[in-house]
Amino acid sequence: MTLKRAAAITGIGEMKPTRSPDGKSTLGIWTDVARHAVLDAGLSIADIDGLLIGQPITEQAQMWPSILGEYLGVHPRYGNVVDLGGASAAGMVWRAAAAIESGLANAVLCVTGEASDVETFYAPRARRSAQQLPYREFEVPYGPMGVNSGYALIAARHMYEYGTTSRQLAKIAVDQRTNACANPDALFYGKPLTVDDVLASPLVVDPLHLLEIVRPCTGGAALVVVSPQLARESSNPPVWLLGAGESSRGMMLSQMDSITTSPITEAAPKAFAMAGVSHKDIDLISVYDCYTITVLVTLEDAGFCAKGKGGPFVEEHDFTWQGDMPLNTHGGQLSFGQPGLAGGMSHLTEAVRQLQHRASERQVADCEVAFVNGNGGIMSEQVSLVLGIE
Amino acid sequence: MSDIITRYAKPLPEPSAVSAPFWEGLNAGELRLQRCATCSRYVFYPRSVCPHCLSDRLEWQTASGRGRLYSYTIVRRAMNPAFAADVPYVFAIVELKEGPRVTTNLINCAPEYARVDMPVKAAYDSVTSEIALLKFEPE
Ligand SMILES: [Zn+2]
Repeated sequence: MTLKRAAAITGIGEMKPTRSPDGKSTLGIWTDVARHAVLDAGLSIADIDGLLIGQPITEQAQMWPSILGEYLGVHPRYGNVVDLGGASAAGMVWRAAAAIESGLANAVLCVTGEASDVETFYAPRARRSAQQLPYREFEVPYGPMGVNSGYALIAARHMYEYGTTSRQLAKIAVDQRTNACANPDALFYGKPLTVDDVLASPLVVDPLHLLEIVRPCTGGAALVVVSPQLARESSNPPVWLLGAGESSRGMMLSQMDSITTSPITEAAPKAFAMAGVSHKDIDLISVYDCYTITVLVTLEDAGFCAKGKGGPFVEEHDFTWQGDMPLNTHGGQLSFGQPGLAGGMSHLTEAVRQLQHRASERQVADCEVAFVNGNGGIMSEQVSLVLGIE
Repeated sequence: MSDIITRYAKPLPEPSAVSAPFWEGLNAGELRLQRCATCSRYVFYPRSVCPHCLSDRLEWQTASGRGRLYSYTIVRRAMNPAFAADVPYVFAIVELKEGPRVTTNLINCAPEYARVDMPVKAAYDSVTSEIALLKFEPE
């Protein structure tokens, strides 16, 4: 594969440099140059499906592609911060080309810029934060409970639209706990749970109970992705990436068309189509579970059941490692624990273990194809993967 | 009365040049929204370009202040200690009659009486001399 002639630069936008911000914000500058570049290229904002951003030096925030995408009305299927210092802009060009070559995006907007002057650039970084970010201005003053309250809003709305019940949501936590009880590494190993236990745990953010909410902890995870040649030389059975799809939307629930439907509806079909497999081919579902509602919405939006039918679907299926539909066999983050970003990676390490048939006592029989989903923000960033062995 | 008791300790918005008319409106007891002169859709939160069509022709209009509770949660544990005295309180999204949704609190209503889709109207909560927050109460 080559990137030669895979992509071209067709539009630019540039701000005349000034010595000081003069009231401009970094986000405002990005918006201005981005708008000019899109117009210069003769495109509409709807044509833009990729977003690469250079990590600003004097602004501290996470999820810049979501922040800028939301502001501009870009709906990225490919988004990243590129953090290569002075080489970042050059780095963006090939990343964009690679994304285009591989079919993940058609038009990638690459953005850099910063509202700073000599003083702010060299000032201590600690106190300085991007106060003018929209969620700080329009959400934080109303007292959200971290992201807990966001997922609670999704759950409450899902119950209103589809009649989903707390009992149905609780069953997800219970099945995953059963799995954790077959995983000595899980934080809640040896502590089985019933639906009544979940419902009897305190409400934290209605309708979510304490035992429906992930438990932060300390830990870590890593994995190595290798070329086909190295894979063939490996002593472990290679776990092939068969399909991938990515889709994201903004940071704030108030900005989303629907809070009960996630961009998994775009990410998952792409992953399935690339892999050439259907849902019935999936032997293991390993999906992000910061809350019970996350799993239910993921099952619906990934197409394992019809939209709105997640509640009955949960009741009809056994998600334990011995069940008809093994899901989060390591216990999920709800029962395994959430060691920061390694919580998300736990769904991958478990899928690899199961596909390589080294999941010991909780091994899923004949496990050959897995569906993995990663979720960021409040169901805004979504990456779906299909993994398989030969 | 002690200054420590009366000082507002919760996070406050810092209005920008773009959002200032919105916050000024709330101070005056009025909900102002941007409307795009190109595609005619209402926009919230305030922006320098329309997120629907990228037009920069956004004009301020006075909105009805009416809407419905799109979703809500009852926060029973405060993450920020400044909200500790308020729990349980309702953190919510309201869908305005004009279309956009806003993050807010439902006030003047016992939390257990909150219902998705209930009609609500704007309540302007002057938390400091400069800032009024946009909250909602039962219609
Ligand atoms: Zn417009």
